[in-house]
Amino acid sequence: MATLKVPAHLPAPSEDVEQLRKAFEGWGTNEQLIIDILAHRNAPQRNLIRKTYAEACGEDLLTSLEKELSSDFERAVLLFTLDPAERDAYLANESTKRFTSSNWILMEIACTRSPHELFNVRKAYHARYKKSLEEDVAHHTTGEYRKFLVPLVSAFRYEGEEVNLTLAKSEAKILRDKISHKHYSDEEVIRIVTTRSKAQLNATLNHYNTAFGNAINKDLKADPKDEFLKLLRAAIKCLTVPEKYFEKVLRQAINKLGTDEWALTRVVTTRAEVDMVRIKEEYQRRNSVTLEKAIAGDTSGDYERMLLALI
Amino acid sequence: MTKITSKVYINVGRFGVSMAPFLFIALVILRLFLSTLHNSKTKKMAHPADVQLLNKALSGIGVDEKSLISILTKTHHEHKRFIRKGCSQFFIEDERQFERWDDSAIKNLKVEFKRFKDAVMLSLMHPWERDARLLKKALKKGPQLYGVIVEIACTRSSDELLGARKAYHSLFERSIEEDLATHVKGTERKLLVALVSAYRYEGPKVKEDTAKSEAKELLQAINNRDKRKPIEDEEVIRILTTRSKPHLREVYQQYKKISGKTITEGLEAEILLKETIECLCTPHTYFTKVFETALREDANEDDKKALTRLVSTQEAGNLKGISDKFAHKIEERVKGAYKDVLLGVLAKGQMSGQA
Repeated sequence: MATLKVPAHLPAPSEDVEQLRKAFEGWGTNEQLIIDILAHRNAPQRNLIRKTYAEACGEDLLTSLEKELSSDFERAVLLFTLDPAERDAYLANESTKRFTSSNWILMEIACTRSPHELFNVRKAYHARYKKSLEEDVAHHTTGEYRKFLVPLVSAFRYEGEEVNLTLAKSEAKILRDKISHKHYSDEEVIRIVTTRSKAQLNATLNHYNTAFGNAINKDLKADPKDEFLKLLRAAIKCLTVPEKYFEKVLRQAINKLGTDEWALTRVVTTRAEVDMVRIKEEYQRRNSVTLEKAIAGDTSGDYERMLLALI
Repeated sequence: MTKITSKVYINVGRFGVSMAPFLFIALVILRLFLSTLHNSKTKKMAHPADVQLLNKALSGIGVDEKSLISILTKTHHEHKRFIRKGCSQFFIEDERQFERWDDSAIKNLKVEFKRFKDAVMLSLMHPWERDARLLKKALKKGPQLYGVIVEIACTRSSDELLGARKAYHSLFERSIEEDLATHVKGTERKLLVALVSAYRYEGPKVKEDTAKSEAKELLQAINNRDKRKPIEDEEVIRILTTRSKPHLREVYQQYKKISGKTITEGLEAEILLKETIECLCTPHTYFTKVFETALREDANEDDKKALTRLVSTQEAGNLKGISDKFAHKIEERVKGAYKDVLLGVLAKGQMSGQA
């Protein structure tokens, strides 16, 4: 469930646009006003505001925000204002660039979005970058990472709940076989993880646990230094229990010496409208402190206010 | 004369009836009998032409419904017996003395009669459903039909392919990539799964430098084909399964510039890769080839089925100009309602091409 709070009495987009212009006017910027508006509108509403703003002011709202804001607060506002598909396309593209390269973010987007949402990301990627997502991912990865990530971002998984238990049994066996021989990037492992529907994969992993005594991720911890294994474990987590995955990302971002703002911003802005409620519950359960308190303790100023407004 | 009459007269006796009327009636009956014999003789003489007509109506692609109707409406069963005796490619002499349909002929006829029905159904189908069903069939049949998977994945637009994937979900409750990955063993798996998963960019923007360097990579892979099969080369797969079609056409041109040959010339042994490149870069050549193969004398059933498949692909506009080339061959080898459908669709394509 989403944590985003939208006012019961919604102002017209033209009113919001007027308020935003006021926020940008003059010497400083009224950051609180920006938070009050943008952090309390859902995606269709924000899209409408952007459109209205462009018509009224002749400039993209994002361009104005970029001019007026800075640092982590700017990034949080920009990311949140974007339409979800565009946002993911932006993050994915960032992940293929040399200095901001990240296989994790690509995996996260590919595995935690619904098949339909993922395809919208691919469409948005075409529109924005005049290339396909898979061609950039393929071009910027090599070896087992390419073998894994390209099918992962290209998948259009079946969304039904139907499950074939016989298949689940046989595929659990295949996984077991490959893992025990340490063939972690074997074609069969990749095939199962990147093409099966989430329901089917869940059934397979449940059977794995029942039949072999350990959850698959436990068996995949055999080599703690293997980076590919880490990615594979995370992908499996994203596909089956995303709220646990996001809790971990948040925990590591906050506990890290100095805070990983990019990770924190990414999780909050991408999940506020999706499943932040469950992530918060998971966070409290695991850390014995609410996410709000943790964020307040670790961040400050407008950035803190923006994040808290969203969760 | 008098003697006979009087003898006859005497034999009949007291009724006093003349024998002449009886003789007259007997003569009439004899004449009728002889004329029927004569008629069946004339019918006997018409049989060879009918045998030929039947042979022609049931050979080739599709069936000539009109000729069949004209033969069958001659109801005399003797007539049909002579036809059966005359058509040795459809009827064999059974050991118990009757002419029996040859089993393989029955099989063939089932296939030929079905063609029109398939053409109708496929043409009316939504393109998404059509492609999903074609993909499933090709997958089920195995390696000899993998070319169809390549054809669909590479000649449809990105959104048409997405539609086919959606329809596949609805029809088969699985994703096409999961079924492909499960059932295709061997080196083709990577290529086919990647082709079907692609959502290629469709804008015209092309980077010439990238095209040049990728042409070089392809050339290298093809020159090394004795050491490693190009279909197993990661970079070959990457380029062919992720780049946009305009980009690949540029790569095709660059390749010609630097090597003096076309990419497909170096890939004669790798049929699937060759077809991939043809479909992506020169679809017209590919479709012409499919038509040619289907209309050859020694075409097998899979080759012929391509005709029905391409008929419904006409919307793709890839069949422009093909009608002229093949109209004569189609007239010769294809029959009946099925032929009318083919020619009609090709003519439509010609018209829309001119529009």
